Amino acid sequence: MKFDVDKDGYYGNFGGAYIPEMLYPNVEELRLNYLEVINSSSFKEEFDSLLTHYVGRPTPLYLANRLSEFYKTSIYLKREDLCHTGAHKVNNTIGQIILAKRLGKQKIIAETGAGQHGVATATVCALMGMECFVYMGEIDIERQKPNVERMRLLGATVVPAKSGSKTLKDATNEAMRHWISHPSNTHYIIGSVVGPHPYPDMVTRFQSVISKEIKIQLREQTSSEIPDYVVACVGGGSNAAGAFYHYLDDESVKLIAVEAAGKGNETGQSAATTVLGKAGVLHGSKTLLMQTEDGQVTEPYSISAGLDYPGIGPIHAHLFETGRVTFESVKDDEAMIAGMQLCKLEGIIPAIESAHALAILDKVKFKKEDVVVLNLSGRGDKDLDTYINWKENSI
Amino acid sequence: MNRINKLFKEREGDILSVYFTAGYPQLDDTLKIAKSLEEAGADLIEIGMPFSDPVADGPTIQESNKKALDNGMSIKVLFDQLKELRKEVSMPVILMGYINPILQYGVEQFCESCKAVGVDGLIIPDLPIAEYLKTHKTVFDKYDLKNVFLVTPQTSVERILTIDQHSDSFIYMVSSAGTTGAKTAFSEENTKYFKRINNMGLANPTLIGFGISNSETFQQAAHYSRGAIIGSAFIKLLATSKERDSISEFVKEIRGKMQDKRQKK
Ligand SMILES: Cc1ncc(COP(=O)(O)O)c(C=O)c1O
Repeated sequence: MKFDVDKDGYYGNFGGAYIPEMLYPNVEELRLNYLEVINSSSFKEEFDSLLTHYVGRPTPLYLANRLSEFYKTSIYLKREDLCHTGAHKVNNTIGQIILAKRLGKQKIIAETGAGQHGVATATVCALMGMECFVYMGEIDIERQKPNVERMRLLGATVVPAKSGSKTLKDATNEAMRHWISHPSNTHYIIGSVVGPHPYPDMVTRFQSVISKEIKIQLREQTSSEIPDYVVACVGGGSNAAGAFYHYLDDESVKLIAVEAAGKGNETGQSAATTVLGKAGVLHGSKTLLMQTEDGQVTEPYSISAGLDYPGIGPIHAHLFETGRVTFESVKDDEAMIAGMQLCKLEGIIPAIESAHALAILDKVKFKKEDVVVLNLSGRGDKDLDTYINWKENSI
Repeated sequence: MNRINKLFKEREGDILSVYFTAGYPQLDDTLKIAKSLEEAGADLIEIGMPFSDPVADGPTIQESNKKALDNGMSIKVLFDQLKELRKEVSMPVILMGYINPILQYGVEQFCESCKAVGVDGLIIPDLPIAEYLKTHKTVFDKYDLKNVFLVTPQTSVERILTIDQHSDSFIYMVSSAGTTGAKTAFSEENTKYFKRINNMGLANPTLIGFGISNSETFQQAAHYSRGAIIGSAFIKLLATSKERDSISEFVKEIRGKMQDKRQKK
């Protein structure tokens, strides 16, 4: 496919494996083995079986009638919120834990921001009986207490990242340092399409089940597998990569990625990487990155912890640069209003990350006959406090 | 001849390289510390360019990076400070730092500035050899900057040979799996690895780094290689004192009672 990673691990100008030598043997082991393992029939069988019987796939593609009526078009929600653990993140952790097991690893590490990827990792570690360490910024541990408790209940050790700004970026740094210090039996389950090659490609492949299902379901429901639009939010970009993947080569499908603009792109409190970032290197890949003129990585801000990351996956940097995907950004308030609207119109409480994708419905002029597929990446149970606080403060 | 090559040509062993972070503890300490280290008898210095996300570093160097950035250190400021470098010190100087700030400064411009102030080599932990060869080697060579690569206990023989082939200064042997940080002693596993590399007959000399903290670890390292690199232990000293006398004391302490192999064979 045209937008697949090349043999050097690049998507156009972005990607690569900018890792310290200490990580080379582990990343190289993955690079040499991942395709053979995940393309083997026994892997596919185990992966598909767990996605079906454990995760609950396929997730529904739901024609949201009242939402469609409101926006005078046809809106289909891809219900990743109905996955076990409440978000698309588990598609990737299932894939990676099977791979890790097949590579003979005994321990798993992961980073997490909001805790969704941490919970999804703790879950599959329990499932496979593997030891699990989740790195989480000290500030995020405070902000996301219920997910911390969930991980602990599942048997994971939650390790506070106390360095730097004590959020997702630092949790990722700490996870990498742990991996550097424990190279022989540990696999690092990265939670998005970020990190050194082959991670972005590997995670994209695991998440691509989303668009694979959309095609089948859309054909069943509309007699064409081709929508006019696919919309998804972007933190690191894994749910978007999954929702776009099987449509990337079909230029007739308009793809919209939605970043978090926080309090506004001019306020210095935003996480909209394609607006505010420049090419740079962080966490093992060259990509668009929010940084100072001197190349120091800056702290993003978003009301949504899952979108609060200073970079995007290299595949998205490439899709942005080539213009294949249109990037929009949505402010905190716009996302919160869109999230509340979905509660009232459809009886679905979306994750605040996904609410950013929903907010775009108000900004793009769709035609009545358009078919719009929107990836509802997660459910909002984890965000109840944020919704309630926002509602109280905005009255 | 590049000063690094000259050092290894003239000196048989016990080479002491000291790492410190530019702009730490105070912004304008960089040159003063370099000068004190030379007077104290260090042979080579590695000046760290601070970065917001130093993934290969342990807590001590992380903290010094953060402090230096808060003090206002940047590559621009550093080159400004280093304008007087060659009036003050004559030993080889290596800049060490992560790739992103260098990319933003501009790789060619960076190399040009290095050459202009008298920097001899670079250590960029997150620039792997493949990317170096593909994109940066020509420019580094143009300005006679030696790029130093790391090897670890996990690095395969084949890869060590590749690294040796593309090195022209020394190879930085990371003592054990881990980030930078001080250790009090090396285990048998460490020394087995030191011996293994020592016996490979590499074209480049090696220095051992990560975990060197006292005269004992320095001597062990220097026994299996041409010398050693001290970082975190020196940063810890700087956190308490950056006076010439304490730096001199520190270096003496590290060299310990070792017989001085500093003259050429
Ligand atoms: C529900 C949900 N959606 C989206 C994201 C953002 O991640 P990505 O861009 O990798 O899909 C997260 C991350 O935590 C999430 O929990």
